[in-house]
Amino acid sequence: MKRSFGMTAPRPLHDRALDNLRYIRQTMERAGSFTAVPGWGQVAVGATALVAALLAARQPTPELWLATWLGEAVVALGIGGATMVRKAFAVNDPLLSGPGRRAGLSFLPPMVVGGLLTVALSRAGLWHALPGTWLLLYGTGFVTGGAFSVRIVPVMGVCFMTFGAAALLGPAAWGNWLMAAGFGGLHMVFGTIIARRYGG
Amino acid sequence: MARQGVARKTEAAERDVARARARAGPRTAELDRLIHERVRLGIVSALAVNDSLSFNELKALLKTTDGNLSVHARKLEEASYVTCTKSFAGRIPKTEYRLTSTGRRALEHYLDHMEALIRVTRQG
Repeated sequence: MKRSFGMTAPRPLHDRALDNLRYIRQTMERAGSFTAVPGWGQVAVGATALVAALLAARQPTPELWLATWLGEAVVALGIGGATMVRKAFAVNDPLLSGPGRRAGLSFLPPMVVGGLLTVALSRAGLWHALPGTWLLLYGTGFVTGGAFSVRIVPVMGVCFMTFGAAALLGPAAWGNWLMAAGFGGLHMVFGTIIARRYGG
Repeated sequence: MARQGVARKTEAAERDVARARARAGPRTAELDRLIHERVRLGIVSALAVNDSLSFNELKALLKTTDGNLSVHARKLEEASYVTCTKSFAGRIPKTEYRLTSTGRRALEHYLDHMEALIRVTRQG
C-alpha cells in the first residue's frame, strides 16, 4: 500500500532549466525596445515625398492631388517595409514578436483610422482637411508605436503632430507644403539621426 | 553493445558539462546562486537589453515591491554585476541601474549552464 505524504514530486532539472531560459527570454522581450527603425529608409521616403509634393502641387484637380499622394504612400510603404525587414535581419530584431510586434500593433490603429478618414473626407469634398489629418495620425502612430522603440521615434511623432495641427488649423494653401515639410523634411532629418545613432 | 552506447553518451554528456564549465571559468563551475534567484535574474536580463533602466522601470517590469527590488539590486551591486547612479530629475530622486561587463559575463555563463543542463538531461 502506497502512502501519500501530501508532497508533490520535485520538478525535473530539465524542466527548471527550460523554465529559467523562458523567463530570461520573456523578460528581455518585455524590457527590450524595437531598434529596427530604418533610418536610411526614412531618408529615401523623405526624398520621394518631396518629389510627390512638387508633383501634387501641379495637379489641376483635388482628385489627382489625392491620387499623387496615395501613390507616394504606396511607394513609401514599399521602401519603409523593405528597409525595415532588412535592418531587422541585420540587427537580429524580430518583427513579429516582442517589442517589434507591440510597436507594429500600436502603430497600426492610427493608420487604419487615417485610411477611413481619407475615404470619408474625400467623399464629403473636405480636401483641405486631408493634410492635417494625415500628418496628425501619422505622428500619433509614431508616438504610440515609438513607446516600444528608441526614444527619438516618439519625438519624431510629436513633430509630425505639430505640423498636422498647423495644417489643420492654418490656411488651406499651407496643406501641401506642410506635407512636404513633414513627410519630406522630418523623415529626412530624423532618418539621418536614426541612421547615425542606431546603425542604419 | 548497449552498455557501450550508454557509456559513450554519458562521456559525451560529461564533456558537454566540462566544456560549459570551462567556458564559464572556475568561479562559475557551479550554478551562480547570485543570479539564479528570480528577481535578480530578471534585473540582469532586463538590463542586458537596455543601456540603463530606472528603479521605477525595473519595478514595473518585474512586478515587484520597492523593498524587494531594492534588496536584490543591492546584492547585485555588491557583486559588481550592476552599477547604481542616483540623481535628481527636478526635485524627484532618480535611481538608474546599468549592467557591468562582469554582470553580462555572469548572465552568459548562467545561460551556458542552463543549456548544458538541458543537453545533458536530454541525452541521459
